[in-house]
Amino acid sequence: MDFTLKVWRQEGPDFKGRLVPYAAKGISADTAFLEMLDIVNERLIEKGEEPIAFDHDCREGICGMCGCVVNGYAHGPEAGTTLCQLHMRHFHDGDTIYIEPFRAKAFPVIRDLVVNRGAFDAIVTAGGYISIRTGSAPDAHAVPVPKENAERAMDAAACIGCGACVASCPNASAMLFTSAKISQFGLLPQGQPERWDRVRSMVSTMERAGFGACTNHGECEATCPKRVSMDFIARMNRDLMLASLK
Amino acid sequence: MALDSKVPEGPLEQKWDSHRFRMKLVNPANKRKYSVIVVGSGLAGASAAATLAELGYEVRCFFYQDSPRRAHSIAAQGGINAAKNYQNDGDSIFRLFYDTVKGGDYRAREANVYRLAQVSNAIIDHCVAQGVPFAREYGGLLDNRSFGGAQVSRTFYARGQTGQQLLLGAYSALMRQVAAGRVKLFPRTEMLDLVVVDGRARGIVTRHMVSGRLESHAADAVVLGTGGYGNVFYLSTNAKGCNATAIWRAHRRGALMANPCFTQIHPTCIPVAGEHQSKLTLMSESLRNDGRIWVPQQKEESRAADKIPESERDYYLERRYPAFGNLVPRDVASRAAKLVCDEGRGVGPKVGDLRLGVYLDFADAFQRLGRGVLDERYGNLFEMYEQITGEDAHDTPMRIYPAIHYTMGGLWVDYNLMSNLPGLFVIGEANFSDHGANRLGASALMQGLADGYFVLPYTIGDYFVTAGNSKVGTDHAEFRAVEAAAKGRVEKLLGIKGKRSPDSFHKQLGKVVWEFCGMGRNDAGLRKALAEIPKIRDEFWQDLRVLGTADTLNQNLEKASRVADFLEFAELMVRDALHRTESCGGHFREESQTPEGEALRDDEHFSFVSAWEWKGVGAEPELHKEPLKFEWCKPSQRSYK
Repeated sequence: MDFTLKVWRQEGPDFKGRLVPYAAKGISADTAFLEMLDIVNERLIEKGEEPIAFDHDCREGICGMCGCVVNGYAHGPEAGTTLCQLHMRHFHDGDTIYIEPFRAKAFPVIRDLVVNRGAFDAIVTAGGYISIRTGSAPDAHAVPVPKENAERAMDAAACIGCGACVASCPNASAMLFTSAKISQFGLLPQGQPERWDRVRSMVSTMERAGFGACTNHGECEATCPKRVSMDFIARMNRDLMLASLK
Repeated sequence: MALDSKVPEGPLEQKWDSHRFRMKLVNPANKRKYSVIVVGSGLAGASAAATLAELGYEVRCFFYQDSPRRAHSIAAQGGINAAKNYQNDGDSIFRLFYDTVKGGDYRAREANVYRLAQVSNAIIDHCVAQGVPFAREYGGLLDNRSFGGAQVSRTFYARGQTGQQLLLGAYSALMRQVAAGRVKLFPRTEMLDLVVVDGRARGIVTRHMVSGRLESHAADAVVLGTGGYGNVFYLSTNAKGCNATAIWRAHRRGALMANPCFTQIHPTCIPVAGEHQSKLTLMSESLRNDGRIWVPQQKEESRAADKIPESERDYYLERRYPAFGNLVPRDVASRAAKLVCDEGRGVGPKVGDLRLGVYLDFADAFQRLGRGVLDERYGNLFEMYEQITGEDAHDTPMRIYPAIHYTMGGLWVDYNLMSNLPGLFVIGEANFSDHGANRLGASALMQGLADGYFVLPYTIGDYFVTAGNSKVGTDHAEFRAVEAAAKGRVEKLLGIKGKRSPDSFHKQLGKVVWEFCGMGRNDAGLRKALAEIPKIRDEFWQDLRVLGTADTLNQNLEKASRVADFLEFAELMVRDALHRTESCGGHFREESQTPEGEALRDDEHFSFVSAWEWKGVGAEPELHKEPLKFEWCKPSQRSYK
C-alpha cells in the first residue's frame, strides 16, 4: 500500500511546528502503524534526514507510552485501539494520513510527536494511592469484596494513562483519567478511609495543572483505547459533592 | 575469585527468619542519612524504591520512560503465584518451592527459591491492601487459576492484565512517597554507566534524554531493577526500549554476569508476519488452560482449520505428555512447536521455507463453558489477537509460535541480592537468582515484588551498617572520569557518520543470535555466531549513522548506545551457551537430549552457576563457578508424561 503522510515536525518546545509531507510507499497491510513510521524513519536516515520522534514502548497496547492524533482521532480511527495496535489494513491504498501530537495546554510538545504528560503523574501524586505500608497488610481474605465491585473497579483500573482522553476533549479535560483512578479505589473497601480527601486533592491538582472542565461531550469515552466509561466521571462528581459536605 | 553465596546455615524453612534476625539494623534516626539510587521503575524497582522510602532512606529513582507506570512489567498478562492454598488443593510453601526448583531444571539456588515461596503470600496480602482489583468469586473471595506447569491453582490474576495492576499498585506506593518528599523521580533519564570507587558501587552517570545533559549521581547504594536482555534477539516480547545497558555497564565495571545463556522462549506468541515486524506479542499462556494445541497430521496441509477433521489433527502435546497435556512448562511446549513446524506441519503464512505457527483451538472450550465464560477469562486477549492478525479467534483457531520472552540469566547476586561489587544490588529480572534455567509461568511478578517489597529492604540495611557510612561525592575524580568516558562515547557514536541505522545492526544481530542461540543450540552454530558477532560489531563502529545532535531528544542516539551494548553482550551469551554442553530448561543443546528429544542435564559436570568476569572487548572472559547443592529437592530428569 502507498500513503502520503503529513507529519507534525517541531524541533523543541520553543520552536514553531509545521506539517511536513512524506511518502510511505510499499507498506504491507499487516504492518502496524508504528512499524510504518519505523520504515519511514529508516528511509529518512538513508537520505540523511532526521527521523520523526515519537513515543512508544511496549507496542502491545498496555504501557500507554504511544499516542498521536491520526486524521483527527487520538490513536487513530479504530475504536478501542492504541496507536501501536492499529494496523495499516484499516486504511485505504493512496490515503493521505495526518499525524499530529496530542494537543493540550497541560501536555506541552517536547519534539515532533512527543509530548510531556507529567501532569498525570502529578494528579496521581495528589492521592492516587491507598496508604498502606509494606508489611502491614492483613490477610488478603480478611475483607471479602463483592465480585461486581471488584469487576467495576477493574473496569476503571484498566486505564493506561495514555492521555488520549485529554487530546480528544474539546476542553482538554483530564476527568476521565482522574475519575478512573478515584473510582477504582472508591469501589473497594480498602479505598474508603481516604475516599473524600482523595477526590478533593486529586481534582484540585487536576484543575491547577491546566486541564479544562468536563462539559459532557463524551469524546473521551469514544476515543479511550481501554473503553473506560464516562460513568466514572459522574461518580467522581458525586464523590466530590459528598466530600464537600463532610 | 571465590563466590560466596552467603546462604545462611540451618534448616531450609528457618534460613530467612534467622538471617533476618542476624542482620544488623540501621538506627531509625540514621536512616535518612543513607541514600539509595534505584534504576528502573518496574515491579522490582518501584516496589523497592517505595519500601526503602517508607523505611526512611533517601531514594532517587531513574527510568527511561516518561512515567514510572510505563515499565514493561505492565505487559505481564497471566498472573502471580502464591502458596496461599486458598483452593484447598494441596498447595504449600514447600510445594511452590519444589515446583520452582524443578521447573528451573535444578539450576537455581535452593535457599533463594524457598525464601521466594515464603514471602509470596505476603505479596498477595499487600497488593490487595493497595487496591489491586484481583479477580474474585461470587462469595467475594479471591479467585485462582492453574497456570502453565502447575497442578494446583495458585495463580492470582486481574483479567489478562495482572502485570499492569500490580505495577500500578507499586507505582501508587511510589507516588505516595514522592508526595511525602522521600523519593525523587528522574523520568526520561537513562543510566549510562556505574561508578565504582575502591571496589564499592558509589553512583551512576546518566543522560537526560530530552536535554542530553550528562549527570553524576552519588549514593550509598545502587540498586538495578532494569529488567532482562531479551531484546538482544531484536524480535522479542519485550518493550522496544528494554535494554541491557545498565547491567552490561555494571558488568564492564566488575560485576559478574551469571548464566546469560538461560533465556526463555514463550510458547504462545503471535507468529511473525513479515520483515517489517518490530516486536512480537505474547498471548497469555493462561490460554493453554482452555485451548488445545494442534497441527495437521499431514505435511503441507492446505485446508483451512475447520475443514480438517478430528482424525487428521495431531494434538501433539496431549499425545506426547498425557499427564500435563497442553500445560507442560514453557520450554517443553516451545520445543515441541518448533519440532512439528520443522517437520513441515506448521500453519499460517510461509516465512522463509517454513510455516511457523501452530493452532491454539478453543472450540471444545466454547462448547464446554460457553462464550460468556471464555470472554470473561480471555476477552481482552481475543481482542488483541484480532487487532494484530485481523482474525477472530471465536471463529477460527489462533495461530501461535514461540518467541523470546524472559531472561533467567543476569547479574550474579548473593543471598542478600548484592552483586560481587559491594553496594551494587540487583533485583527482579536483572539478576539471575531464582528461576534457574527456566521460569515457571506467573513467577516473574512474584520474584520482582518479593525482591523489591520483602527482601532488599532488609538486606540493604545490613550492608549500610557493616560497610560503614563513608561518603563519596560526585566531586570524586572517578565520577569525573566516568562522566568524561560517557561523553566520549556519545560523541563517538555521533561522529562515525557512516551509512547504516542502529536498527539495521540490531536486526542483523538478532537474526544471528536467534538462529544459533535460540530454541536449539549446537557447537557448530554457536562457534559460527562467535565468529559473526564481532564482525557485526566492527562494522557497527565503522558504518553507523546517527543523525542529529547530543543535546536534544535523539531517539537514534539512544538506540545506538543500547545496540552497542547488545553487540558486546551477545558474545558473552553465546560463549556461555557454548561452554554449557548440557541441556537444561530453556538452554537446549542439541548434543544433549534423551532418546525422546527432551533436554538432558549433566549434573555431574554442570551443577553450578556460571559467573563471567569481564576482561575487555573481544577478550575471553574469565569463568567463575558457584556450585549448586540440592539438599531438599533431589534432581531428577524432568518428566511431564
